[in-house]
Amino acid sequence: MISDPVAHISLPEGLPGITSGFAFRPETAKPMRELAEVLLRGANTLTSAEREMIATLVSDRNDCHFCQASHRAAAAHHLGGTYEVVDAVKRDFQSAPVSPKLKALMAIAVKVQESGRQVHTSDIERARAAGASDTEIHDAVLIAAAFCMFNRYVDGLATLTPRDEGLYDQMGQRMARDGYARRDTDATHRTP
Amino acid sequence: MPHIALPEGLPGIRGPMAFRPETAKPINELVDVLLRGPHTLSPGERELIATFVSAQNDCRYCQTIHGAIAAHHLKDEDLIVKVKGDPQHAAISEKLKALLVIAGKTAASGLSVTADDVARARAQGATDIEIHDTVLIAAVFCMCNRYVDGLATWAPDDPDFYRQRAALVAHNGYAASTLQGNRT
Repeated sequence: MISDPVAHISLPEGLPGITSGFAFRPETAKPMRELAEVLLRGANTLTSAEREMIATLVSDRNDCHFCQASHRAAAAHHLGGTYEVVDAVKRDFQSAPVSPKLKALMAIAVKVQESGRQVHTSDIERARAAGASDTEIHDAVLIAAAFCMFNRYVDGLATLTPRDEGLYDQMGQRMARDGYARRDTDATHRTP
Repeated sequence: MPHIALPEGLPGIRGPMAFRPETAKPINELVDVLLRGPHTLSPGERELIATFVSAQNDCRYCQTIHGAIAAHHLKDEDLIVKVKGDPQHAAISEKLKALLVIAGKTAASGLSVTADDVARARAQGATDIEIHDTVLIAAVFCMCNRYVDGLATWAPDDPDFYRQRAALVAHNGYAASTLQGNRT
């Protein structure tokens, strides 16, 4: 469901989703941006497209429209602008045209989305049998966990959720090209 | 046994943090700002929010260590048990009770926080930053809890371990206690 409630606190106007929270509180925005940058764009044996698809899948399961739409677009732009693969992942990742390793990591991610305690040794064994390294398993767990944070932050404050899908495409293009580093819209200081 | 080969002897989140310092750095910085930075909510109150959410997520390590840190700040171990079990009848401020409602709902889903929940907190004197930080503390612990349990990290049984560690963290902060290294 997409709705446009008034945000729960006085966030800077006109900024969509998480960018309004970042603009409101730069002290917490900085490490959150840095975490997204390391996890989704840092040096890794998983491609950025693969990592953005894990983020999209988890955000979709959390019903966070802003996060799933923007990271869906970022994944698409990492793949040359095509939405086919990421949409297949959202529909049913087990039958999507992605590697068996990524499917196994996504199976771990959707369990983490419910609860970390849902992840069983057999899930890890399956990922390892498909060639996943310890760092890849670690990152799949942490990407899923981090989006359980980002999603709750965005929706818990009732931030602005744009309805215009074209906006998300532009956003995703920028995220894929420029990453998550600090934006000019972030205020400089707001210590309570 | 943890799901991946984590450095031995480091309990809870400290194992994966030592395994992957690149992600540990921003997580520690975020937790330091939220739980220890200059604030109108005391460190003890903010640790109570972290403890309450971690208990709701059934994360044994996080609720025990943050409960111990809260108890260290507030000098009251019984209060922690009360807040985890029945916060609306615990000896805490009406404002903190209202913020805990928001935190609990955020942990279930950000979408479940209502304008009424926020209005109740505001009527008890909560500021926009206090409401913002309550939502974000709850969200951050939904990450940390899943990180800790999703990798099946080790949690010590001895309550004294947590008491001693709590005194250290309360004194030095979170970032200061992380191992350095590189594993990209």
